Amino acid sequence: MIQAKTKNLKNFSTSAERFEGANLLCPGCAHSIIVREVLNATDDHLILGASTGCLEVCTAVYPHTSWDASWIHIGFENGSSAVAGAEAMYKALKNKGRLKQPDRTPKFVAFGGDGATYDIGFQWISGCFERGHDMMYVCLDNEVYANTGGQRSSSTPIGASASTTPSGRISYGEKQNKKDMMAIMAAHGAPYVAQVAPNQWRDMVSKIQKGFATKGPVFINAMSACTTEWKFAPEDTIAISDLATDSLVFPLYEIIDGTKLNITYRPKNVIPVRDYLGAQGRFKHLFTKQYEYLIDEWQTRVDAKWEQLQRREEACL
Amino acid sequence: MADIFELRDIEVWDGNMAASHALRQAQVDVVAAYPITPSTPIVENYASFMANGYIDGEFVMAESEHGAMSCCIGASAAGGRVATATSSQGFALMLETLYSASGMRLPIVLNVVNRAIGAPLNVNGDHSDMYMGRDSGWIQIDCYNPQDVYDMNLVAFRVSEDHDIRLPAMVHQDGFMTSHTAQRVKTLSDDVAYDFIGEFKPMNDMLDLDHPVTHGVQTEEDWHFEHKARQHHALMSAVLPKIQEAFDGLKALTGREYNIVESYTMEDAEIAIVCMGTSVETAQEVSNELRAQGIKAGVVGIRVFRPFPLEQIADVLKGCKAIATLDRSSPNGTVGALYNELAGALFNTGTHAVLTNNIYGLGGRDLTKSSIHTIYRDLQANAQAGSPTTPLQQFIGLRGPKLSFF
Repeated sequence: MIQAKTKNLKNFSTSAERFEGANLLCPGCAHSIIVREVLNATDDHLILGASTGCLEVCTAVYPHTSWDASWIHIGFENGSSAVAGAEAMYKALKNKGRLKQPDRTPKFVAFGGDGATYDIGFQWISGCFERGHDMMYVCLDNEVYANTGGQRSSSTPIGASASTTPSGRISYGEKQNKKDMMAIMAAHGAPYVAQVAPNQWRDMVSKIQKGFATKGPVFINAMSACTTEWKFAPEDTIAISDLATDSLVFPLYEIIDGTKLNITYRPKNVIPVRDYLGAQGRFKHLFTKQYEYLIDEWQTRVDAKWEQLQRREEACL
Repeated sequence: MADIFELRDIEVWDGNMAASHALRQAQVDVVAAYPITPSTPIVENYASFMANGYIDGEFVMAESEHGAMSCCIGASAAGGRVATATSSQGFALMLETLYSASGMRLPIVLNVVNRAIGAPLNVNGDHSDMYMGRDSGWIQIDCYNPQDVYDMNLVAFRVSEDHDIRLPAMVHQDGFMTSHTAQRVKTLSDDVAYDFIGEFKPMNDMLDLDHPVTHGVQTEEDWHFEHKARQHHALMSAVLPKIQEAFDGLKALTGREYNIVESYTMEDAEIAIVCMGTSVETAQEVSNELRAQGIKAGVVGIRVFRPFPLEQIADVLKGCKAIATLDRSSPNGTVGALYNELAGALFNTGTHAVLTNNIYGLGGRDLTKSSIHTIYRDLQANAQAGSPTTPLQQFIGLRGPKLSFF
């Protein structure tokens, strides 16, 4: 059944959903695309969790829910631990013979934004991965605290204008480079760590399925283009995502057992980083005489990272 | 299947060991915990039981108390019996999630080994953490010795998991004074203890794959008030009767009697001390000495701190002329919490009792019998005068110049 579902985009986009279209996410929000792609990648039962953030506040406002699978939210920092606790209970009840449907094995998935993942919830995720819970953690990485109005996170890239690091007469906005969460999670020795983008849906589905087939903690960093805070038109979500993956600003790769790195998408035509930055309002101020040097620095940084990824991939061969 | 642990009828256990055995006998499905003095031995003992085949549930050693309670919440929502333990700073770190657990109506049992909260850092017992939890929506049951700890844990599971209640419960004991002081504890066999608690009956369990549930939703001004009111209603209406029922059951089973308000020689008492934790037994000893001198002294121990048994307390104290509350937590700008509760309980009851407040024992400072004698002497003077003869709030056992307020 799952093969038929993921054969082509039409089947995939119309397959039975456990995440309802009835939600409060912004038109053009990539979160809903990613969540559907994750949930539709398996036929197994799902036990889901979310940290406080856009996804949570837009999908479970009493008396409504968008989730047709068990789902839990506690707070901003502990979506990972909530799901880990449920996974521990599953193991306990299985061991004690008290599962209501002992013939079925659910999958455990926690969702969190980059605020919940890179910043406030980092310790909890680290704990869950060190302890080896059999779960998948999916970061919906839109590089900003979008739910609360666009404050910077440690995933916000340098030069982006965010509400707590705005660009201005004497500032180009965010001063820090984006935290390398992929490397940090791989350093936990997690059996599977992967970066995905919803526009590359085949690549994404194959990684999610690989993740579901993996025993132990799986980390997925999913780029989630944010129409509201990145400032682009709602209908351009996939186009912006294409610019991100094809400029290599957001390279798609996986790291297995903390060491073996595979690049999973090589754009036929690599486009300049300038094109990606220029398509978003959050980088608008960089296209001035004062800050234009930052665009060149961006390109140099992206080139260096791509070079590094390729070297690491070669080193594993 | 976990092995049976053969217990003697009477064991010599400290409060921590009593809690560990109660959790083992409850056959808890998931314990997620983070060690902190003085509650650490509860989880260490539990880990040792596990390592030796006496536990068949899951044991998650979390990376912090916040992570531990977060796992407990996820586990409880998944549908099984859950418990943990903490103290002091760990309790403070957990606090955010304590409100989540009660708001999500999850029956988790938390052993709180009471300890001071820094700064200054202090590992010894006072009631700062217990007081910090008093608005969190949990049931709070207080223990005076290791026997209480054992029995109240069994009671806590039974009450907390009742489908009419579905609220988490804290079992409090004094750090070191109870947690590390070995005393005689009368035990139940594993099967009798488990039968007393009963099997866990899941409700809205995430792991019922045919009936998906959403836990931890958002409610704003349209529904938040109704949810909180229903939670309070459950706490106020269902808990005390169920606790009494459990106490009755325990008495029938063991002969040990517990009461929602533990009154001691209060029938004709004119002066009374109201306190919590290990101080209750110390005060009882002093009141015995005073009774031998013909002084009508009594002691009221708070057994159930939340929900606070307003009416029962007022009833026990109705004949008193002077009452002193003992608060073992820095009041930080007002009267002690117990004083406030008592004032609330007694107001509108027609009592003319003089009510005073004593702050004592912060950071593990001993409460001596001599200090309690002094408090009773003040009470006698207050009773005779019909008005306070001392400042309303006094700090007792404090070095340096006398400190008092109001």
